[in-house]
Amino acid sequence: MALLAIEDLSVGFAREGRFARVIPGLTYGVEAGETLGIVGESGSGKSVHALALLGLLPQPPGRILGGRAVFDGHDLLAMSEARLRDLRGGRIGMIFQDPMTALNPVLTIGRQIAEPLMRHKAMSMRQALDRAADLLALVGIRDGARRLSQYPHEFSGGMRQRVMIAIAISCEPALLIADEPTTALDVTVQGQILDLMAELRDRLRMTMVWITHDMGVVAGIADTIQVMYAGRIMERGPVDAVFANPRSAYTYGLLQSLPHGSRPPGGRLMQIPGCPPDMFAPPPGDPFAPRNPFATPRCHVEAPPLRPVPDSVPGHMVAAWYDLPRLLA
Amino acid sequence: MGRFLLSRLVDGIVAIWGVVTIVFVVSRLLGDPAILLLPVGATEEQLQQLRAGLGLDQPIWEQYLTFLGGVVRGDFGNSFQFMRPALSVVLERMPATMALAESALLVGVVLGAVAGSMAALFRGTIVEGVVMLLALLGQATPVFWLGLLLILLFAVDLGLLPTGGYEGPASLILPALTLGTFTTASIARLLRSGMLDVMKDDHVRTARAKGLLPGTVFLWHVARNSLIPVVTMVGILAGELLGGSVVTETVFSWPGVGRLIVQAMEAKDFPVVQAGVMVIATIFVVINLFVDLLYGLLDPRIRARR
Repeated sequence: MALLAIEDLSVGFAREGRFARVIPGLTYGVEAGETLGIVGESGSGKSVHALALLGLLPQPPGRILGGRAVFDGHDLLAMSEARLRDLRGGRIGMIFQDPMTALNPVLTIGRQIAEPLMRHKAMSMRQALDRAADLLALVGIRDGARRLSQYPHEFSGGMRQRVMIAIAISCEPALLIADEPTTALDVTVQGQILDLMAELRDRLRMTMVWITHDMGVVAGIADTIQVMYAGRIMERGPVDAVFANPRSAYTYGLLQSLPHGSRPPGGRLMQIPGCPPDMFAPPPGDPFAPRNPFATPRCHVEAPPLRPVPDSVPGHMVAAWYDLPRLLA
Repeated sequence: MGRFLLSRLVDGIVAIWGVVTIVFVVSRLLGDPAILLLPVGATEEQLQQLRAGLGLDQPIWEQYLTFLGGVVRGDFGNSFQFMRPALSVVLERMPATMALAESALLVGVVLGAVAGSMAALFRGTIVEGVVMLLALLGQATPVFWLGLLLILLFAVDLGLLPTGGYEGPASLILPALTLGTFTTASIARLLRSGMLDVMKDDHVRTARAKGLLPGTVFLWHVARNSLIPVVTMVGILAGELLGGSVVTETVFSWPGVGRLIVQAMEAKDFPVVQAGVMVIATIFVVINLFVDLLYGLLDPRIRARR
């Protein structure tokens, strides 16, 4: 059974009297124990929909227009703020992109890790700080007892992200939503954080939604990949199947733009021409059609539904009117 | 930290030295004190005598050194009006000024913090609108006019409180309210804008993602982070209030330092002016030192840089 099932989630933004439906109706599920990698560029709605689920979307300017998000049998969008608060930081953990700003600069690391434990596990400050020291060890920060009394500015970016991870997993959440947790870090540190997260996921048996714009990161950590564009799912399926056999021209373009071994070094990387659509005036059909060299006339007028790919593995789905392998052949 | 404190202390002493030097120069620029002091028609002999008495026949640098020596010992000479040491004339007025400043600050900090927090918490609602309108009025209303209105209402019409003077707690209420209005308004406006800025910070989203209760988020992640500009403002206001609030003291016949210094200026009572200015400068320096120490307590990043 799906731990998280999102049905027809629709989110809009108001700006200067205009209104944009940035997510026109999103439906997907995450099975318990699964790691879902959501890939998309800025404005694809990948972060916005996660914030909306947890009641963290600033409203206004954002507005949830409809849909359901059932977590463990309960609709997150319909429940009271108080009940949602009980879940946030407790059964649902979240990690954000920029560790330089996501921690409070004037409170000690210890207090910031202890807060969710006191809130959700009814621990005293003393107990919570003891647990916080263990958590720091768990995320690979040595000398935790001493570092608890330090402040964020005394930690490097990678170390701060480890602290953020410690906070997010402190109450052993069933679901961890990681919103570009490695984007702001050096490449070497990215690898370390990725390994750490994979290890913690396995040890704590967490279900994970990993939001990123980096296909390489998804390949490293996810079971399932979900490619989003303009608030829609373009393609979704097991990571191996999608990487080996992409069916959406957008996925294909993203994969082609990655450097990899079969391409001669020094050559130019592929790029996808054009820009993401203006969500205040979205194109009528497939939102990627204007940038898609394989687009058919139908793509420009009618948005394709997300359908199973007939000749691929189960769970591989694509929203496309064209048949990419045939066009590439 | 010890070095920081020491360097701040040295800065403060230099500032006070600068202030007394300026006062010395200005008082010498105003002309011959002997002519100003003696009645019109005094003889040249009388003038010479007074100049010698005041040390004005010495070269200017010697006068300056004598003056500085006096300042260090707390000796500004006798007040021309009261015929007593000028410094003690000033210090006698301090309790009244302190009482007024403390009450005005207390009113301002408490009401300002509540009003500013309400405006930030209820942003975009009628609450914010009302608070901001009142704060604007509070900052824009001339103090003398507000004081007179309060006297008219509470002292003259209702007869509840004295119109002025310095007798017991009842006489403190109206001047404290008058001064407190401005303080409240300033703090409320600053706190609101500071809090609205902090509320947009990523770390507040983190706090909410932890599922913390709104009260915890507000106190520990919004209010706690909005304090530095407010502390700066309270420091400036405290300095101004402790230096004596001339207008309020005049309206309420309050025997404070501000009114004393203005009266001394009118009477050309230079020793009192000089002593008063030095006392105010010292108060400012001490408050600034205190504010600097508070910064360190409030923000570990500032502490680390020292």
